Amino acid sequence: MDSAAGVVLEVRDLRAYLYTRWGVVRAVDGVSFVLREGETLGLVGESGCGKTMTGLSLVRLLPEPAGRIVDGQVLLEGEDLLAKSESEMRAVRGRRVSMILQDPQTSLNPVFTIGDQILEALGQHHVDGERSLAARAQEALRRVKVGAPEQRMRAYPHQMSGGMKQRVVGAIAVAGEPRVLIADEPTTALDVTIQLQYLALLKEIQARTRLAMLFITHDFGIVARMCDRVAVMYAGRIVETGPTRALFRAPRHPYTEALMASVPRLEGHVARLPSIEGQPPPLHDLPPGCRFADRCAYVADRCRREYPPTMPVGPAHEAACWRNEPSAPSR
Amino acid sequence: MLEERAIGAEPLIRVENLAKHFPVTRGVLIGRTTGHVKAVDGVSFTIGRQETLGLVGESGCGKTTTSRLLLRLEQPTAGRVLLDGRDIHALRGADLVRYHTRVQAVFQDPWSSLNPRLRVRETIAEALVVNRRVTRAGKLERVEEVLHQVGLPLSAAARYPHEFSGGQRQRIALASALAAKPELIVLDEPVSALDVSIRAQIMNLLKDLQARQQLSFLLVAHNLATVRYIAQRTAVMYLGRIVEHADTETLYRSPLHPYTKALFAAALPADPDAPRDDMILSGEVPSPIDPPSGCHFHPRCPFAMEQCARVAPELKAVASGHVVSCHLY
Repeated sequence: MDSAAGVVLEVRDLRAYLYTRWGVVRAVDGVSFVLREGETLGLVGESGCGKTMTGLSLVRLLPEPAGRIVDGQVLLEGEDLLAKSESEMRAVRGRRVSMILQDPQTSLNPVFTIGDQILEALGQHHVDGERSLAARAQEALRRVKVGAPEQRMRAYPHQMSGGMKQRVVGAIAVAGEPRVLIADEPTTALDVTIQLQYLALLKEIQARTRLAMLFITHDFGIVARMCDRVAVMYAGRIVETGPTRALFRAPRHPYTEALMASVPRLEGHVARLPSIEGQPPPLHDLPPGCRFADRCAYVADRCRREYPPTMPVGPAHEAACWRNEPSAPSR
Repeated sequence: MLEERAIGAEPLIRVENLAKHFPVTRGVLIGRTTGHVKAVDGVSFTIGRQETLGLVGESGCGKTTTSRLLLRLEQPTAGRVLLDGRDIHALRGADLVRYHTRVQAVFQDPWSSLNPRLRVRETIAEALVVNRRVTRAGKLERVEEVLHQVGLPLSAAARYPHEFSGGQRQRIALASALAAKPELIVLDEPVSALDVSIRAQIMNLLKDLQARQQLSFLLVAHNLATVRYIAQRTAVMYLGRIVEHADTETLYRSPLHPYTKALFAAALPADPDAPRDDMILSGEVPSPIDPPSGCHFHPRCPFAMEQCARVAPELKAVASGHVVSCHLY
């Protein structure tokens, strides 16, 4: 593996729990990954697997008061974000790490104009004269291809379509020229033809700014199109990480394999889809062994007793499954 | 129009030039109608017995309004929906009750479609009370029967919806739709609210039920892969009109209408090596209040010609069972 070259963000053994009346929900339970300059890492998993909580932990915006980061490190260009004070974090959010959420409806404030909201974001990040701010806000809108930015500045969110609003959210996110962009299902609320426009736009911004992007999604179509590498999450942990092509061609964790097989194909008709029976285990009552064991086609006794360590299975490709053990790590 | 397979055999559902226009009003007390949202604007199709018709398109294309017209949740502005040759919107009395046993629905969100205060058996039995004269014992028997059919344990009957996961709730919704032994089930985005690993379970269940019970489905969905997996025929809608309609295999292998092509190009295949014939449409879907003249798609169409802005293309058969509404063909 090519050491630390270009690493912008490194997450080490991150644990973020939710303290609820049902018990401790281990939403993020020992997650590690790196993110390099100009690359897109897909964080894939189903609802409740902890992918959104991972994203929120990186900017320290867990739901209060239940959510707490209990362990781990989030190193942004070497600095541990978890050691920062709240006011120091405010200087990080937006300027160095930005986030785009799923629903543009809730990301924008309905009582302020688009212009106000972009100006607010810019004002947080740079101390500039007011006139140059307005010019920069228009420039930000132009960059996300919003037509007639001078007029759009005076528009309210409800006067825009969903796709347009998500562009504005994107403009706010990249206005501070961050190094890392966390995109949490940014196109789920958009129509497919609008989704494709938006994905192309994100790629374009990334090509220009060398942004490192963490793309949280459950859609393998988006992963195939957008991501250089993929991390698959299941029940609070990453079970497999690898280059996108390798992961699609030869998944090495049974969950990845089963999940990909159960997605209906656009190309070619299948008579019957294999499906994964059962449900993921509840995050407040996790088994000691592999969390996928109950649904796994290859389950063995050991799987139920011991959680498998993450083992290398190919170039930059690793998986946490006992089945990969016999093939001794070749470094 | 698409012809049914056996000549003379009436399809279960025949939709003829169906239209639904919603008035747009201005003013607080005395509303003035200033225009109409042409949600559905002259749609025709048939659904045969034990057949699934997929209705695809983006939000606002009218696919959900079409399904609501079939469910009698809306009155059409024009056109008819015929069930076994009889106009469903003209049914009264006993015929109407019978209609409600024959046509059922399953909606997208199993969190909001089930009454949280009713036990599962009450939810399912409700469909029977409304529609059929059944004894108490007969009701329980039927509840157990449909629970079994959708793959839920009998113990589920005494529990409440909140005790179940999304996939299981969708099974409950399906069980209550099945209770009255319908012939057609309208499925409005039945799997899109579910997790990826659960979707395949529900889609397989739908296929099994169709085969075992000779059910017909109208499947409204935006996910093209889901439609390909379940539907035998597919119709593509854009701004209230069907722009292309064919056997699913034919449509997916050789889409003809530029909008269908763009829609397929925008659906991302789960394969990093899939060829990328990117056809990124400019602009967004125009407002259905004042849709573009001629072909509704012409302002976004890369192949638009001069006549497209003037003349709305008719649906033309280009091959057996493949109709398209485009001046290119």
